[in-house]
This record gives sequence, structure tokens and C-alpha cells, in this order.
Amino acid sequence: MIKPILAGVLAASVAFSPMAAAQQQAAAQQQKLKIGFITTMSGPQGIIGKHMKDSVELALEHLGGKVGGLPVEIVYGDDQTKPDVGVQLANDMIKRDQVDIMAGIIWSNVMMAVVPVVTGAGKIMVGTNAGASPLAGNQCNELYFSTSWNNDQSPEAMGKFLQDSGVKDLYVLAPNYQAGKDMVAGLKRYYKGNIVDEVYTKLGQQDYQAEITQLRAKNPKAVFAFYPGGMGVQFVRQYHQAGLRERIPLYTVFTVDETTLPAIKEAAVGQYEARFWSPDMDTPASKKYVGDFRKKFGYTPSFYGAQSYEGVLLIDSAVKAVKGNVKDTKAMVSALRKADYDSIRGRYQFNVNHHPIQSFYLLKAVKGGQDGAEMKIEKKIFDHHKDAYYQECRMKW
Amino acid sequence: MQRARLAPFFMTLILFFEQLLNGVQLGVMLFLMAAGLTLVLGIMNLVNLAHGSLYMVGAYLTIAAAQWTGSYWLGVLLGLAGALVVGMIVEVVTLRALYARDHLDQVLATFGLILFFNELVAMIWGRASLYSSLPAWLQGHVELLPGSIYPVYRLVIIAVGLAVAALLWYVVTRTRLGMLIRAGASNRTMVAALGVNIRLLYTVVFGFGAALAGLAGLMAGPIYSVQPGMGELILIQVFVVIVIGGIGSIRGALVGALIVGIVDTLGRAFLKPLLGSVISPPAAEAAGPALASMLIYLLMAVVLAVRPAGLFPARG
Repeated sequence: MIKPILAGVLAASVAFSPMAAAQQQAAAQQQKLKIGFITTMSGPQGIIGKHMKDSVELALEHLGGKVGGLPVEIVYGDDQTKPDVGVQLANDMIKRDQVDIMAGIIWSNVMMAVVPVVTGAGKIMVGTNAGASPLAGNQCNELYFSTSWNNDQSPEAMGKFLQDSGVKDLYVLAPNYQAGKDMVAGLKRYYKGNIVDEVYTKLGQQDYQAEITQLRAKNPKAVFAFYPGGMGVQFVRQYHQAGLRERIPLYTVFTVDETTLPAIKEAAVGQYEARFWSPDMDTPASKKYVGDFRKKFGYTPSFYGAQSYEGVLLIDSAVKAVKGNVKDTKAMVSALRKADYDSIRGRYQFNVNHHPIQSFYLLKAVKGGQDGAEMKIEKKIFDHHKDAYYQECRMKW
Repeated sequence: MQRARLAPFFMTLILFFEQLLNGVQLGVMLFLMAAGLTLVLGIMNLVNLAHGSLYMVGAYLTIAAAQWTGSYWLGVLLGLAGALVVGMIVEVVTLRALYARDHLDQVLATFGLILFFNELVAMIWGRASLYSSLPAWLQGHVELLPGSIYPVYRLVIIAVGLAVAALLWYVVTRTRLGMLIRAGASNRTMVAALGVNIRLLYTVVFGFGAALAGLAGLMAGPIYSVQPGMGELILIQVFVVIVIGGIGSIRGALVGALIVGIVDTLGRAFLKPLLGSVISPPAAEAAGPALASMLIYLLMAVVLAVRPAGLFPARG
């Protein structure tokens, strides 16, 4: 007796509740904005995700808990640095959570996998780190925006600086994978001097003593390296321990930043990096971001965080411009294209491929700060620098 | 004139010597890890994937203790003791239940331990790499040969590793505990039948191995990146070492570790230039790094083909 009744009740609830929920959801969506934010929160790279998430939270606080005047809900997802997990998350966020707009993503390979899913569903993707070249070039998309850069631009800036300062013999090191080769290609686009040797090490390698010994024997005038994350901590520290810091200057990209400085500390002093932004940048928006971030979270934000903070501000500016009508994708796209917000790097314009046209700087690690070393902007290398791929992008606007 | 002609030759010789030293240093680190792992696998017949976690625990506890006490040496001492205690707790709480199970269960359970320890460390110390300090006198470098300066700390690692190897040799061949360990490696059932408290022996051996892994971890701290998951980066090479050396054999672990360390280092340093003199430079450019990172696995394959039980099998 009980079973049929129970079954009846169940059937009724199954029949009615989703509809009721869907109706409620539709009603709620008029006044509420949902943003799906994918980053990496587990594993050794989870520190980058933490910088990004904290920055998103700070952006919401600065906007008074509303984005474009609408109450907002951020749905976070952890891609575990895996493209397939990223795609799964994007699908879930779009179909189950019904997000209005997507943002985030650290890794180029994850981005390459996720963008078709998001744009295929007619949603907008605001990338806040990954700078895959195809997305700046022939695979650029109306619905894809970036608040960061194209991968090649930082090594291009470093190459320009090394070329301009007349460095004759350069020794090059990078991990043996696509991004490593891309970075070296970016460097060579502007550096035309002699390259003593180009060394590609195993991805994730811990010990660089053998490479450092070889490097010292060749006695180059300068060293260029690209070692992101833990690899950078290890390489820079071992370079310092080998006593090379005073003898051969080390120029890097994506190696020493505020995610790795707390582990490298004084060993980083004297290090050169090329980047579009640094926490000491002298713009009102940047000062506000860095100051409030330090106060709220007790550590110094990195460019990963800054770009994510910007992602929220950019979305906010567009939602405001369309007066909350985020379903009007066309209006959203043209509002986003204006980049009408106070950027931490100063006002900038989007290129045709929806990548910022921006300046790049030479940064130097100096003594000071809570980590014993901090990045300071030395000089501007590029003014209004465009990436090398935008001409392949056939978007017109 | 003769000197001028000989100079490049000497330079190459000095370079080779220095790379050899680098290889020995890497080998010594691998040995400290491999010694514990090979004992646990050989004597207790337990596949312990979580050995890298104990290495990580050693590194983290040393940093935490050094910060807490303000002294590097107290940090080292507490880090070692901590790794020993954590190792024993892990053995008593989780691994005991696994001895009778097959290897797949052990792999699954110890893989679970890896996840547990990585998350635990991330919860306590955060996901960022930690800074690990050194006393000033360990930070310098010395000139070993003319034109060949070497970090003092790496020399200390070599010295500590070789000292531990000597100590282990003494314990294993000259003491009663060592006798039991050797007996356990060759015939566990017989040792138990003779009335030896095999449970206690297992706990002691495991704790011992954990302390060695902790020692490797705390020495790795200042040169490598101390972060969650750091143990897994070195673990694969350690498994290669014990397969080459022979499972359960300390001597095999030492020889295997030195071979792997030297082959890997020399491969990274000299393979590309060597290939460049045989095949075209662009081809060497592409093949060199790829081949260098495969070298130790190729070596393992050769050893497995020629001597399937490894170079120094524990069980005859």
C-alpha cells in the first residue's frame, strides 16, 4: 500500500518541482547575473587560482556586491590544469548552472578546449590569463575577450630590451614543451644578436645544476629563461646558489612574480622580468587594487590576480552599458569592445582580435617588501604594443 | 705553446669532473629516498607510493620547526624526528592492514595517502611554494679546481648522503637489527617462525625509511621548490633506481642511485653536443633533450632485459 502512494508522491514531485524551479529561475534571472569562473585551485598550481579567486572577490567588494547593478553569483570551477576537466566544467556551468557569461582560465591548452564550448553555446568568454596565439589570430572569435595578453608579447618585450641594450651573446633556457618554444620564438622576433645555445629541459625538472654548469662554461653575456611556477623557484634559486647572479645577468618571463617571490626571496634580487603590469604601477586603479588586496588578504597580488580583477570590472562595464539586459549578446559584445573601465594598467583599447593594445615594461627584483624582494618597474619597453597575430584575425568592427 | 693547446682539453676535463660531481649529488639524493623504499618493498613486500609524501613531510616540518624555533639545526632535528614519527603512525594506522592484500590494493591505498598528505599540507601551509632558509656558511661556494666553483651546500649533500650510506652499511651488515632486516628480506615466514616480532620490525624499518625520506626532503628544501606534490616529482626516478639496483638491496639502491644520477646528469649535459657531431645540428637540437630525458628509462629497460632481478638482487 505504501509503495504506490510513495511512488505517486515521487512522480508528482518529479513532475512539478523542476518546472516550478525553472519558472523561479527564469524569474530570478531577470535580476541576477551568473558568472562561471574557471581556474586551477588544486595541485601545485592552485596558488595561481587562489590569487585569481581572491581578486574576483575583491572586485565584487569594490563593486558593492553587484556587477553592472545586478546581484551576482560567481560559480567557481577547478580545472586541475586539464583541458577535458575544463570542458566538462564549462558544459556544467552553461547547461546546469545557466551562467550568463564565462571567465577565467590560466592555461592555453585548457582555453583552446573551452572556448569552442562556450562560444558554441552563444555565451561570452572573458579570458583572464591564457594567451593562446590561435585565439589572437585565425581562430579569434566575436565572443572571446582577453584581459591579459598574447603569450608571445612578454618575451617579445624582453627580446626588444636585450636587442636595444646591445647584448651580444645570449644563452637561452626553457622547458621542452609548446609554450617553451613559443616564448623563445617571441624572443627571437626582436632579439637579433648571437644565441650561444638554446637548451630545452624536461617539463617539471627539479635540478638545473647540470644546465647551470654547462651555461657557466660557455660564459655568455646574458641568460634568457622561461620557467613558470615551481620550476622557476628551483631554477632561480639554483642560479643564485651557483654564484652566477653577480656574473651573468638573468632575464626571464613568467618566472619570478608575486606567486613565486615568497619562496625565492632574496635569491631573486637582481632578476629582470618583462611584463605589462607590476604591483608598483603608478595608476590610481592599480594602487587601489593592490592596497585593498594587501589589506584584505595579507599578501601582494600577482598579474594573474590583476587580470581576473579586471575581468570582473570589464564585465561590469558591459552589463551597465546594456542596462542589465545581458541576453542581448550583440549589445554586450559592442559594450565589451569599448573596455570602458578604469584599468590597473591605465586605459587601453582592444585590438580587432579582442586582445588589449598595451605597454610592456622591464621589471627588476629589488630588496624590500614583506618577501624580502619585490618587483619594481624599471622602464617602458613597448608602448601600445600589438600582438603578432592580429592581422590573421578576420573580425571586422 | 703546449699549454695553450692543452688548455681547451683541461677545460673540458674540468667541466666533465664538475658534471660528474653534479651526478653524484643527484644520485645521493635519490639514494636517501631509494634506501627506505627498497627496504619496505623488499622486506615488507609493500608497494608504497606514499614514500614521496614522507619526503614532502620532512621538508615542510623542517621549515615549520626552523621558523618556530628560529634555529636551522633544531629545524633539521625536529624535521627528521617528525618524519620518523609520521612514518610510524602511517605504518601502524594504515599500512598494517595492507600487508596481506595484493599489490593493487596497496597501490590504491598508498595513492590515497598521497592525496591525503598533499591536501593536508596545502590546508596547513597553503599552496604556494615555501621559502627554506640556510645558515650563511652553507650558502657560499668554493673553488674546487681552478675555474670550477661549486656550491658548498651541494658538497654537504654529497657528504651527508655518503655518510648515511656508510652508516646504513654498518647497521645492515654489523648489527642485530641489520641481521633481522636481511633475514626478513630473504625469508619473511622463517623469520616470523623463529619468534622475531615481525610487526615491530616492520614498524621500525618503515619509520627508518620515512626518516631517510624526510632527510632527503629537508635537504631538497633549499634547492628545490617546497610545495604540495613535490614528492611525486622525484618518486618515479626513485622507482627506477630500485628496479635497477634490485628490490630490497641497500647496496643496489646506492649503486643504482649513483648510476641514475650520473647517467641523467651527463645525458642532459653532453648528449646534445655529442649527437651534434654525429647527426645534423638541427636534428640533434630536437633529439638531444628528448633522448636525455628518456635515458634513465632506457637504462632501466636494458637492466631488466639483462638482469631481470636488478644488479644486486636481495634474494638469491
